[in-house]
Amino acid sequence: MTAPRVGVATALGRLMARDLRIALRRSGDSLQPLGFFLVVTTLFPLALDPALSLLRDIAPAALWVGALLSSLLALDLLFRDDGQDGTLEQLALCGQPFPLLLLAKTGVHWLLTGLPLVLVAPLAAIGLGAPYAAMPGILSALLLGTVALSLIGAVGAGLTMSLKRNGSLLALLVLPLAVPVLIFGARATALAIAGEALGAPLYLLAAMAVLALTLTPWALAAAVRIGLE
Amino acid sequence: MAWVWFHRFGSPPHFYRLATRLAPWFAWPALVLCLAGLIGGLGFAPADYQQGDGFRIIYVHAPSAWLSLMVYVVMAASAAVGLIWRMNVAHALAASCATIGASFTAVALLTGMLWGRPMWGTYWEWDPRLTSELLLLFLYLGYMGLRNSIDDLGRADRASAVLAIVGVVNVPVIHYSVIWWNSLHQAPSVMRFGEPTMPASMLLPLLAMLAGFTCYFVALLLTRARAEVLRRERSAQWVATVLDVPARSV
Repeated sequence: MTAPRVGVATALGRLMARDLRIALRRSGDSLQPLGFFLVVTTLFPLALDPALSLLRDIAPAALWVGALLSSLLALDLLFRDDGQDGTLEQLALCGQPFPLLLLAKTGVHWLLTGLPLVLVAPLAAIGLGAPYAAMPGILSALLLGTVALSLIGAVGAGLTMSLKRNGSLLALLVLPLAVPVLIFGARATALAIAGEALGAPLYLLAAMAVLALTLTPWALAAAVRIGLE
Repeated sequence: MAWVWFHRFGSPPHFYRLATRLAPWFAWPALVLCLAGLIGGLGFAPADYQQGDGFRIIYVHAPSAWLSLMVYVVMAASAAVGLIWRMNVAHALAASCATIGASFTAVALLTGMLWGRPMWGTYWEWDPRLTSELLLLFLYLGYMGLRNSIDDLGRADRASAVLAIVGVVNVPVIHYSVIWWNSLHQAPSVMRFGEPTMPASMLLPLLAMLAGFTCYFVALLLTRARAEVLRRERSAQWVATVLDVPARSV
């Protein structure tokens, strides 16, 4: 391993710019999970009796199950191409801190799949009968929740990276670990829709996002290194 | 020099001999303790003033629930040892834990459902302890699924070890998130500070069952780990010597 020629910040910046450029050239790929989220949240009113009071009751569940499944679907994009063409191996060998590089990659992944989901969530929420006053609460809960979901999911994606068919196994690995985010996210959203104080679940979501930001990069690096062997 | 025992433990032939020698020391106490606990619990313990004879399922339910968590901790600890010191025997131990843990979790869930039906009037309730036990079962299943789907043994060991460690960090988070969510399950009556809430004739059989189940787990783990070590080392000379068969040429 040779000494890196550029500083960590430069390397992270270049990696993120590269990932963003590639993703924007193939923007269809990162829009698919978004379309999936909108379709799933639309299915709930169709499957249920579309009475406004009922929809408002199930809105938190619909939003968060939709967000969880859509983030799971998006994980396929995270390491697939870079694992196949050897980019990840180069990153592992380049001498920069590997956990930080993977954190940057996951950050870009969140920018491309998590953030757009947060931005279209008000649309889905209004469709489910949530009042306008609830939007700041719903948005901040989803903002924190999607960060944690992307990071937890990334570990699962790293572990199953080298497998041929990994769809259902990835779901089995990631979904139990994502349960706390689901519980407090849906709780915060329900409180926001009811117009009550939602500080407590929001702080817990923030704590989980911070915990995921600080701990998962190391697990992620270990998982990806094993997948690269 | 103090670490010699640790490195000796990592040697498969040494571990195999140790496990062979230790297993009966746990298997017989397990049998005796479980028999004593069952006789005491089913025959001599008084019926509960509220739940009648129905409460006696606790003598299976509580030890299984206790072990479902303990086995996960043992599994994650040996997975961590295997990952850090690259110790094959520790990976074999972790692999042997998964099926045992999943079985204890399933038993705890089933007996809990059978207990819940007459007492709560329902087999299943979305209650914190039931839900986190169910999620624990999914964690075990995910661990087993990941291990089974990777063909290369060394990579399966390390990948599932990372998963077990991530899981053990997350288990308390899952547990408390579900607890703060809502609750119906009775409060723990044994593992608590202060006076026990049970008379001795009820408590002693329960403690015997807890100890008996734990011994049973250790005996089972050692036996399974012996088989796992043999499977992993099947082409090694010492296996042929131990089993007294001609060495395999693979």
